[in-house]
Amino acid sequence: MMSLVNGTLRVDLKLIADMVEPGSRVLDVGCGDGTLLSWLGENKDVDGRGIELSMAGVSAAVAQGLSVIQGDADTDLKDYPAGAFDTVILSQTLQATRAPKDVLANMLRIGRRAIVSFPNFGHWRVRGGLAIGGRMPVTDTLTYEWYDTPNIHFCTIRDFLELCRSLGIHIDTGIALDRDGAVLPMAGAGWLANIFAAQGLFVLSRKG
Amino acid sequence: MSAPASVADAFPHNPLGLSVELGLDRPIRLDCGIEMPSVTVAYQTYGRLNAEASNAILICHALTGDHYVADPHPLTGKPGWWLDLVGPGKLLDTDRYFLVCSNVLGGCMGTTGPMDTNPATGKPWGQGFPVITIGDMVQVQARLLDHLGIDQLFCAIGGSMGGMQVLEWCASYPQRVFAAVPIATAARHSAQNIAFNEVGRQAIIADPDWKNGEYQLHDTRPRRGLAVARMAAHITYLSEPALHRKFGRNLQGDRDAFSYGFGADFQVESYLRHQGSTFVDRFDANSYLYITRAMDYFDLAAEHGGVLANAFRGTKTRFCVASISSDWLFPTPESRAVVHALNAVAANVSFVEIQSDKGHDAFLLDEPEFHATLGGFLEGAARHRGLPRKG
Repeated sequence: MMSLVNGTLRVDLKLIADMVEPGSRVLDVGCGDGTLLSWLGENKDVDGRGIELSMAGVSAAVAQGLSVIQGDADTDLKDYPAGAFDTVILSQTLQATRAPKDVLANMLRIGRRAIVSFPNFGHWRVRGGLAIGGRMPVTDTLTYEWYDTPNIHFCTIRDFLELCRSLGIHIDTGIALDRDGAVLPMAGAGWLANIFAAQGLFVLSRKG
Repeated sequence: MSAPASVADAFPHNPLGLSVELGLDRPIRLDCGIEMPSVTVAYQTYGRLNAEASNAILICHALTGDHYVADPHPLTGKPGWWLDLVGPGKLLDTDRYFLVCSNVLGGCMGTTGPMDTNPATGKPWGQGFPVITIGDMVQVQARLLDHLGIDQLFCAIGGSMGGMQVLEWCASYPQRVFAAVPIATAARHSAQNIAFNEVGRQAIIADPDWKNGEYQLHDTRPRRGLAVARMAAHITYLSEPALHRKFGRNLQGDRDAFSYGFGADFQVESYLRHQGSTFVDRFDANSYLYITRAMDYFDLAAEHGGVLANAFRGTKTRFCVASISSDWLFPTPESRAVVHALNAVAANVSFVEIQSDKGHDAFLLDEPEFHATLGGFLEGAARHRGLPRKG
């Protein structure tokens, strides 16, 4: 997925960027080549840090002058002190973590808020692919074959809401996005979004 | 300290380097408790210090390195050890930065070390030289910067033992380092590394020509012992794939069968023997003992209550930590430990593991990916420091 087209952020990244407060401290977990961090630095005066698994991503990000470490959400979040950041971002990465529950808990320990986006495994195309086609789904947001996917912990939007409830995480904002990144209504328990959203985007905070 | 650019201008570039006697105004107190009345420091500079003295980069050399970073070595005639990085328009751009590199305390290329005369006895220091630490080396470098009128370094950079010095700089003089690049290094010397150093030291000490370190008085040198020390160490700087690619099991050029003896049948043997024998022409055995000891003693966490993060608490320095994937002397987890400690104090840190199968010494070599990352980091840091953009 191209994250920057003609200097414009990908739609879901733009939504995330809009939620970040100007001048705040941001940690982008799974920051790729640093496109979002770079945009936030230039347009919102954000003091940004990143974590990225791929060396190519880290090199590209550091080469732009960003502060990015090679690492992953599972092993590297635990070292950061509580409250080190205003916002911790995890974009399209939750499903690739070994312990999503610990990752979420750590994000809200080190950040005041967390912004999380992930592909919705409850999307009708996914359901259809499995129910009717009898094959593991490959879609716009789930682009890998089952044998080479880094995604090991899929969830649906309703699964995610349930996990947040059990962890005592407050959901400040929930946005459902269709295939093109357009915003869908996310009402009530998210039943409709759980069927029609290709991805979910949530702003989380600690309760109380 | 307000000595301006004129200090640097006072020293036109001399390929043989520069020298200054430090500590005459106030003695240099070493970690072992001994006070050195004065220390001579041999160093080299490249480029010009700007009027604000804000563009200085300190290059810290490794165990057997020296300050001939980009000049031919005066004893071997070989090109400078970091010529790939240092020069006009290169990553460490001599058109933009003022580069300083000094021979470490205890060294044998001009800075006070065991080879020099002990003013108290009129004889070479030999084993009477005080046991020094990485902290002592850095303290002497700090005195050199005072002399040059540099309050704050734009950057401290170095690999291996040079990386240890960079970390020590950041812990001991945090306000004097704007950016730091510790490469292929560790915050403490591992048991395995101490073990390798001990093999080298015992090889030197076992050489009858070592003569309790007083070989200069006997007009001899422990050449065999030092050569073996170098051979053992040299293996740790490479990697199995690199050695295999270079030599495999190939026999020496003129041989097509084993000699059924202990001459150098294999190319790798011949290569190591060459490494050993050329090393002794440029390095002092006692210096080797003292400097390896300084590395063994290095443990930044132990100096800070057992918690590495305490060494960096409150740091404003921008860090770029780099390791090499095939380095088994300073493996990536050592660098990660530094990164984790820096994260724990919410420091500004970048970290990358360079993919290379060339082992520890890859930091000296032309590794394009490493250079791209380092270049980006320095550009970003220069922007934050308000230094002019690349011309």
